[in-house]
Amino acid sequence: MLDPEIILNHEYVPKHEILSEKEAEKLLKKYKLNSKNKLPKILLSDPVVKAIGAKKGDILRITRKSYTAGTAVYYRVVV
Amino acid sequence: MGVEKRIWAIDFGLLSPEMVRKLSQIRVVTPDTYDEDGYPIEGGLMDLHLGVIDPGLRCKTCGGTVATCPGHFGHIELVRPVIHIAYVKMIYTLLKATCSKCGRLLLSKEDIEKYKQLITGEKEIDEDTAIEILEKAKKVGTCPHCGIKQKDIKLVKPMSFYEDDQRLFPTEIRRRLELIPDDDLKLLGLDPDVARPEWAILTVLPVPPAQTRPSITLETGERSEDDLTHKLVDILRTNQRLRDNISAGAPQLIIEDLWDLLQYHVTTYFNNEISGIPPARHRSGRPLKTLAQRLKGKEGRFRYNLSGKRVNFSARTVISPDPYININEVGVPRDIAKILTIPEYVTEWNIEKIKEFIKANDYPKALYVIRPDGRRKIVTDASKDTILEELAPGYIVERQLMDGDIVLFNRQPSLHRISMMCHVVKVLPGKTFRLHPVVCKPYNADFDGDEMNLHVPQTEEARAEALHLMLVQKQMISPRYGAPIIIGDQDFVTGAYLMTYENTSFPKYLATKILARAGITKLPKPDKKINGKPMWSGKLLFSQSLPKKLNLDYPARICVGKNKCEYFKKKGKCEGCPLDAWVKIRNGKLLSGVIDKVSFQGILVDTIFRKFGSSAAADFMNKSTKMALEALMHIGFTAAFDDTTPSIEAKRKVGEILSRAEKEVNKLIAKYKAGELERMPGKTVEETLEDMIMVILGKARDDAGNVIAEHLDKNNAYLIMARAGSRGSLLNVTQMSATVGQQAVRGKRILRGYRTKTLPHFKPGDIGPRARGFVRSSFRDGLDPIEYFFHAMGGREGLVDKGIRTSKSGYMQRRLINALQDFVVRNDKTVRDATDTIVQFAFGEDGADPMKCYGEYPVNIKETILLEQKEYEELPEEGEEEVVEEGGEGGRYE
Repeated sequence: MLDPEIILNHEYVPKHEILSEKEAEKLLKKYKLNSKNKLPKILLSDPVVKAIGAKKGDILRITRKSYTAGTAVYYRVVV
Repeated sequence: MGVEKRIWAIDFGLLSPEMVRKLSQIRVVTPDTYDEDGYPIEGGLMDLHLGVIDPGLRCKTCGGTVATCPGHFGHIELVRPVIHIAYVKMIYTLLKATCSKCGRLLLSKEDIEKYKQLITGEKEIDEDTAIEILEKAKKVGTCPHCGIKQKDIKLVKPMSFYEDDQRLFPTEIRRRLELIPDDDLKLLGLDPDVARPEWAILTVLPVPPAQTRPSITLETGERSEDDLTHKLVDILRTNQRLRDNISAGAPQLIIEDLWDLLQYHVTTYFNNEISGIPPARHRSGRPLKTLAQRLKGKEGRFRYNLSGKRVNFSARTVISPDPYININEVGVPRDIAKILTIPEYVTEWNIEKIKEFIKANDYPKALYVIRPDGRRKIVTDASKDTILEELAPGYIVERQLMDGDIVLFNRQPSLHRISMMCHVVKVLPGKTFRLHPVVCKPYNADFDGDEMNLHVPQTEEARAEALHLMLVQKQMISPRYGAPIIIGDQDFVTGAYLMTYENTSFPKYLATKILARAGITKLPKPDKKINGKPMWSGKLLFSQSLPKKLNLDYPARICVGKNKCEYFKKKGKCEGCPLDAWVKIRNGKLLSGVIDKVSFQGILVDTIFRKFGSSAAADFMNKSTKMALEALMHIGFTAAFDDTTPSIEAKRKVGEILSRAEKEVNKLIAKYKAGELERMPGKTVEETLEDMIMVILGKARDDAGNVIAEHLDKNNAYLIMARAGSRGSLLNVTQMSATVGQQAVRGKRILRGYRTKTLPHFKPGDIGPRARGFVRSSFRDGLDPIEYFFHAMGGREGLVDKGIRTSKSGYMQRRLINALQDFVVRNDKTVRDATDTIVQFAFGEDGADPMKCYGEYPVNIKETILLEQKEYEELPEEGEEEVVEEGGEGGRYE
């Protein structure tokens, strides 16, 4: 595995955060989702997932730069 | 209610002879259809057991008539079995993979046991394993079960089998296939319950119902049979001959020949396009359309009848332009309006109006009446009175299409949603659909023979939806990039430009005429006086098409830009621009500035649409385009050959510029040949030279263009068009009057042809301007043959590129759209697919609808600041003067 420091500080790797249980629940409620499966996915084997130590079923908040919106927030569930 | 059933699985298999006989209602023996009286022959191919297609007769199977009998199968008993052409390959592999003596799979007991483990219960063997087993078995030379040595079996295309040069007849093949045990078949991926391999050797042939192969009666009274019937007749005849010969004890050779003939007929009955078999032909020489041909390809059952959708209440014809109708309208030929209908629901409030339609003898009248019980009645002179009497609320009357009806109008290819828009009908004489030229852009239509389709929505909901969502005026802003897509171009821009330019003004008779074109009946007070006569400025007239509360300031297209503008440098503002390039609109009055492309294709339309709504924008388009055209016609506008003629002075200057450039290039070449040319970073010396030459010659052309533009008359038609942005550019003017310039292929000067030169006329190694495709002449002067050839080379590249690009990007876009087609933007701004799975949390990441954005931004920052500052001064409303009827005054525009 590549050094997490290197991965997370790379220019092209956006900010990934693991949502707390409360936040995750709020997110699902906000988008009226009955299951995490309706969220976009990210593989457990993804280098960033490994680097931040996310577990299967965790929801990640990804904050990236966006051409249209400045910063855009995206959520993915670890599978 | 019937029984609700659910499909769990579908089996694909072969029809067993047993099954064919069971399905069959009758054994067909006579190779004939009808007798002399036109009555179906018993035991023939049109036997009444097979279903009825003749009115008045009854089916002998179900007792039904033409309308009720669904048709029934029959069968033909083949004297000798024949191979089913579609299964030749399967038969071949099976013969090779099984023992010729005992019929077992040519694998060891252990192997078979091993593979059998893979089949448990319902589960079948998967395709890959089946192929693996087959391949393995094919290679085995001796049967591991009975120890018989396997002979080599060959397939001679298309359908004869040989075992060591010994012909294998279908009877023998069938015998061998029968020997294969069910358990072994399962290992090969075959389900023996529905597909025993010997069923691929036909002993009984099903005869399809008469309805599948109806005979048609020609005008002459002659009967003409379907291709399938013809083929079945052939099969029956050959079958009969074969039977006769066998029972007469004919020599083996003759029997084999007839057998092969029977095989041929059965094969072509299934598929008449097998390679290696001459197609069976009709008497006229046309190949017969047999079973496979009915299903296959673009015109087959699947693509043509099942996937191909056709609709009623539609029309298609050639389109042509009509700027005098409104942008929301579509001109419909009367002949089409007479055929298309709209259902009117009779109520107690409209019954009188509808009665008028029924009473009417010609357009617009009612064509059909639908009674509440669903029965349809044609309105004729005879039935009119009874219909009028019984007509009551609840009836539906189908009346002809009329002015004001709502229709959908479409041009293929329908690449985006604005390829289909809602229009309001205007019935016109003639045979073409008429549309306002401003809607050409969304449809990508021109009038070189384009055809378009028209659909008439039949329900109130459909009409409401079309009207509110799809109406032309609601589509004025592109949902792709947020700028106007319904725009005036070409003549409209030229017209508006000439009309509003500086002090153009019109005498009363012209002012009224121009306004009347736009349907404006109020004449404003004249704002000018020339020679004591009242005059109306073009700006004032144009203002009549603007919304009363419009306020705008922006530079026109002709503005040279703040960096170059002398006036701006001096005054520090644009107000009072001497070029009339500063558009200032206050309270719907055009105070300064000229209306050109920028106004007509952008900011003006855009602003009106957003601030005053789609109706106001449509109103503006309707009025301004009509006025611009009328003004253009009165001012007069011609672009002719003479407009390309430069003055002697200009011609001399252009000549100088070009000669100087050529000399410069030659000097550069000399320097290069002497090896003194300095390399630019990252480039070879040759590349440096090429780049420098391109720059020099490119600059020469630009300079020549500027000289020409300066020396041409201010009112030169081409310059006016280029300046206003209606058509063409300065480059086009340059190429016509000054020089065509450097021709390029793949972005480089032309260097293909021979090894050392481009054309035989040059010396080897000549890399001067002329030898590499520099066209010094102008289009006006004409090109010499060498120049012409180079120009053709450059032109060809453009043409090829265009073709490749459109087809490539078209296919790419199609695939993209197919991939994205069921994504939906929900009310919470998320983009989701059909299973509710989120694809994007906010559409486009910012959740902004391009159609509602201001160009690139979701918010119009400038406008918002201006609103904040309340910068606009209120101007007092000016009085208006009623138009008075009077004769022409005789005056001229200035």
